[in-house]
This record gives sequence, C-alpha cells and structure tokens, in this order.
Amino acid sequence: MKKRVISFILTFLFMGILWITLSGKFEPLLLFLGLVSVIIVTLMSGNLLFSNPSNDYTITFFRFLGYLPWIIIQIIKANIHVLKIVFSPNMMEKIDPHIIVFTTRLKKDFSIVTMANSITLTPGTITVTANPDGKFRVHAIDRPCAEDLPGEMEERVAKVFGE
Amino acid sequence: MHILINSIVIGLLFIGLIFFTGGTLGILRMPDFYTRLHPAGKLDTMGLMSFVFAFCIYNLEHLTWDSLIVSLKMLLIVFFVSLSSPTATHAIVDAGIRAGLKPWTKKNKEG
Amino acid sequence: MIDLFTYIGIYICFLMIFSLYRGIAGPTVLDRLIGVNAIGSKTVVFLLLIGFIYKRIDMFVDIALAYGLLNFIAVLAAARYFHKKRGLYEESKF
Repeated sequence: MKKRVISFILTFLFMGILWITLSGKFEPLLLFLGLVSVIIVTLMSGNLLFSNPSNDYTITFFRFLGYLPWIIIQIIKANIHVLKIVFSPNMMEKIDPHIIVFTTRLKKDFSIVTMANSITLTPGTITVTANPDGKFRVHAIDRPCAEDLPGEMEERVAKVFGE
Repeated sequence: MHILINSIVIGLLFIGLIFFTGGTLGILRMPDFYTRLHPAGKLDTMGLMSFVFAFCIYNLEHLTWDSLIVSLKMLLIVFFVSLSSPTATHAIVDAGIRAGLKPWTKKNKEG
Repeated sequence: MIDLFTYIGIYICFLMIFSLYRGIAGPTVLDRLIGVNAIGSKTVVFLLLIGFIYKRIDMFVDIALAYGLLNFIAVLAAARYFHKKRGLYEESKF
C-alpha cells in the first residue's frame, strides 16, 4: 500500500512538471485544467511508470548519470567511423556485414534493455534479439565494430545496475 | 559574445548537415536493408541532435522566460528521439528477421 | 542568420527528395519504411527551421515535438503490421 502511494506521488510530480514545461503559462484556468488532467492520468496509470519504487532507484539514477558521458563519447566516435565508411569511394570492400551471438551475465530486465539500446545507439551494431537470459544477437556492419562487444560496455552496465 | 555564439551555432549546423548527408548517402548506397538501417537509424539521429542543440543555443541568445521554455521543449525532442530511435530501428530489424529476409554477406555475393 | 537557415532548409529539401527515392524504389516494404523514417526525422528539423524563419518558434516547436512522436508511432505500427506478412521479399516480382 505504501509503495503504491509513493509511485502515485512520483507519477503526479513527473506529469505535473511535464505539463508546466509543455504549457509554459501560469494562468489559473490553465493550471486548474492541468491539475485535473494530471489527476485523471495518475489515477488511470499511476502504477505503470514507477512500478516498484525503492531507495535503490535514486542510487541507480545517479550511477546512470555517470554512465551517460562515456556512452555519448562512444556514440560520437562510432558515428564518425560509420560516416567514414559511407563517404569512402570503395565502400563495398570496407563493409562486411555479419551476425554475432554472445551471452552476457546481465539478469535484470532493465539492464538488458539498457544494454540493447546502447548497442543499437552505437553505430555499426544493431541488436536483433535479446533474451531475458542475457543472450544477444547483434548485426554488425564490419569486423572492427563487432570486436568491442560485449567487453567494456557490459561491465559498465553491470556496475550501474549493481550486478 | 554575439560572434562567439554565432560561430558555435554555425559549426553545429554544419556538423548536422554532414551527418544528414551521410545518412541519405548511406540509405542510397548500401547493398541491403539490414546495412541500410545503420546509417538511416543513427546518422540521422546524430544529425538531428546536433541541429537541435544549435537551435537551442541560438534561441537562448535573448534570455527570457519564453525562450527558456522553448529551449526546454527542444531538449525534450532530443530526449524522445534518442529514446525512440533505437526502438524503431529494433522494430524494423525484428520485422525483417521474422519475415525471413536473409542478411547480405560478402560470401553470398562472391560464391 | 535567417538567410543561412533558408539555405539549410533548401538543402534539407534536396536530401528529402533523395530519401524519397528509397521510399519509392526500395525492393522490399521495409526499405520503403526506412526511407519514410529518414524523411520524418529530417522533417522535425525542417519544422524548427520554418519556425525560426517566420519568427514563431514558440508555436512550431510544439508541432515538431508532436510530429516526432507521431513519426515514431507510425514506424512502430507499420513494423508490427508487416510482422505477420510472410513472403515480404517476393513483392518485387509483381
């Protein structure tokens, strides 16, 4: 019961901030309309967004903020790599698409989703399937892109989610 | 100050243009649909992000409450796109795998 | 600066036309989907550019946000729909 109340309050605050950002006006009528719609949405889907709130979430959130700069640098480096492939005149010799399969030790749903999205955002690799057991099938565009997987990314994701 | 902001904005805009050009060229040149997804899904996202950051900085030059809200909305666009683009890419790959399309490899072409 | 925005808008229009080639001539349905998705992500930038050119960015940013989300949902729905269609790659024989 207590958890439901906390998740209701978190959803309410999140939706309220979103409403104020999207509206940007502070007239009483608009604020009242926003309050009514936020309450309706919270009652309908209050336990959807933060299904199991606990103190771990805040720690995980700050660890995730520490993970962001590394992944952004990786994304930019890999983007430049793909850009070079696309602009090179002999593109057909450079690309070598193939599918690789590997197993990670990640078990939580959230960490597997983060890992899959990180792989897809890093250019040169696309997640084809990801099982709950931590088994990934990845389509890579050439050999150097695939060599880095799973490697460092897995360790960092595991550290963020405490596995 | 004005010149500094303008040069940063113009630099980001040109980086975005290079990424968009690369994405379009990649869609046109790549041999099959799995390889086409690589430039389409991600070079486009990268270009969009750098464009939107450029617009954010340009918009914040005259700092008022309205321009702050508009810039926040632009950052919201970046957030949604960076969340939804991998999902859309994955949905398309999944559809291709389930429909039974074979990925293009070098051996297929040579042999 | 507004002139620069106009030229960039024209250039993005050209890029959209080239992407449209993949949307029309792509051998399979999924290729067309990729082309349409690429046009959609360029349209978000294009809407923001229009907003700056006509000095109504406060209005056009909402349109761009909604368009980005709609584009995502359209691609997702189309990809889900073509899951069930077997023999997708035989379409070029018609």
